[in-house]
Amino acid sequence: MKILVPVKRVLDYNVKPRVKADGTGVDLANVKMSMNPFDEIAVEEAIRLKEKGVATEVIVVSIGEPKSQDTLRTALAMGADRAILITAEGEVEPLGVAKLLKAVADEEQPGLVILGKQAIDDDSNQTGQMLAALTGWGQGTFASKVEVAGDTVIVTREVDGGSETVSLKAPAIVTTDLRLNEPRYASLPNIMKAKSKPLANKTPADYGVDVAKRLTTLKVSEPPVRSAGIKVADVDELVAKLKALGVAA
Amino acid sequence: MALDPETFDALIETIRRFVTERLRPLEAQVGEEDELPAALIEEMRQLGLFGLSIPEDYGGLGLSMVEELKIAFEFGRTSPAMRSAFGTNVGIGSQGLVMSGTPEQKEKWLPRIATGEIITSFALTEPDVGSDSAAVKLRAVRDGNVWKLSGTKRYITNADKASLFTVMARTGGAGAHGVSAFLVPADLPGLTIGIPERKMGQQGAHVCDVNFDDVPVPAENMLGAEGDGFKVAMRVLDRGRLHISGVCVGVAERLIADSVAYAVERKQFGKPIAEHQLIQAMIADSKTEALAARAFVLDVAAKKDAGENTTMEAAAVKLFASEMVGRVADRAVQIFGGAGYIADYGIERFYRDVRLFRIYEGTTQIQQLVVARETIRRGG
Repeated sequence: MKILVPVKRVLDYNVKPRVKADGTGVDLANVKMSMNPFDEIAVEEAIRLKEKGVATEVIVVSIGEPKSQDTLRTALAMGADRAILITAEGEVEPLGVAKLLKAVADEEQPGLVILGKQAIDDDSNQTGQMLAALTGWGQGTFASKVEVAGDTVIVTREVDGGSETVSLKAPAIVTTDLRLNEPRYASLPNIMKAKSKPLANKTPADYGVDVAKRLTTLKVSEPPVRSAGIKVADVDELVAKLKALGVAA
Repeated sequence: MALDPETFDALIETIRRFVTERLRPLEAQVGEEDELPAALIEEMRQLGLFGLSIPEDYGGLGLSMVEELKIAFEFGRTSPAMRSAFGTNVGIGSQGLVMSGTPEQKEKWLPRIATGEIITSFALTEPDVGSDSAAVKLRAVRDGNVWKLSGTKRYITNADKASLFTVMARTGGAGAHGVSAFLVPADLPGLTIGIPERKMGQQGAHVCDVNFDDVPVPAENMLGAEGDGFKVAMRVLDRGRLHISGVCVGVAERLIADSVAYAVERKQFGKPIAEHQLIQAMIADSKTEALAARAFVLDVAAKKDAGENTTMEAAAVKLFASEMVGRVADRAVQIFGGAGYIADYGIERFYRDVRLFRIYEGTTQIQQLVVARETIRRGG
């Protein structure tokens, strides 16, 4: 089976985000960008399924600015077979992404689409679910384990208070949680070879998808700065303060 | 081969992550146990680190000198012993073969050196032969189809892990022209390895004696022509000096970053010590020297990539960079103050580690001689 893995170029997880002075968004000028960590886990899982002989081909797709090509190259260096870059200016909302992925899935007919459960920039946690709705395929979200036997996909899901195991019939959608695997470092020889792997350049228009924004961002602001604590003399004073704050009865 | 910038950036990025996420957390453990975890060495193999300088035709990356240096800068940002695991395969252990090997010799060994299946080691120094390296005593005597090697090599890096040695042995009369180089598999009869020496620093990187007792080395394992061994060794060291200089720059940058991080946190006289001018002077001196060494080594590397003879320049940069990192490490201990002397902070470990850079692959004094002789010969 083919596996389709969408990957997103995001602010690197080690970078402290800074909000633009005008409050319209996060400042991305001259900051380090890299592959969304959950997407890395998705790529790793797809490659492992290929190594096990379950998958025949791993296709990675990214939607965003031209530099997303670097993110695709990273995935190719890790072991994906080919890439599709859908260049779109500005922010594409989860629904737009899901519609594009639906179009790619129609064309590629993958047995499995593995996505990160969310991107660390907007934390939407919507794309996988929306894609499942658009395609009508089964979904196993927040996966900590994925097993494929024939056209059955067994997904262990991380849910509140434990885990849940679901059985899906391929084609299916899986979104990855942190514990699913530990992504490999692309080897240096493979990084060099990634350049010669096929990368197709597309636009949303090629798929007939309208990615115009449906939502308007009103304001982006920094989290409140932690204010200084106070010292109390004894337990009685502590209890009194807590009562005054309404956190103790 | 020069890589396109995107590919090279991706390469550097991967190495930076590997150093930060995998190597740095293990520094104290490796320093304590004098051993790199086997799983870590396997990860280095998987990453392709053993093949950095092996030509692409033989399964390596075939990096240019400038590219290799930029990678050395990154590996300088952790304990030097980490790099030593694959350092001999990148440098002195493999380059004799790369530069002077026959196509058959290269075909036989290089692909497995590139993958790290074979660890290589370079054996020049002897109990009585250090800086005067043309005085090699280890004897090679022709006996039919083999050369029989007898003698002792000393302080041989990675000897206990190596399966292939490049050995300098005396095949002729006295002096440099009586020395030949041999590729010696570690499993030949009569070859034994001493126990790892206890060293001042760089724990995790081992040096041992290698003893040869009539070791029969096939004649086809001679590297270069008979009597060319010293030339082979000098060419190998030429390249190695640039790589070590790159590591010195990386370690200096690491120590400066650590010093600054400490200096902005540590408060004395009511403010961070980074705001005291005498501390600032040390930071400024270290930064300035590190920047100078970085520019210097990249300049020499570019000349080497362009095919120029850089023997003098490589000696000069090794001299400067190794002395520079010694001063930077000394200042780092000073900025950390009492904490700099305490093992848990790791600064004293680097201070001990960097001391070696001024000694191995040619002492500072030997580099001075090389620089002086060549400068005088050139007339300025």
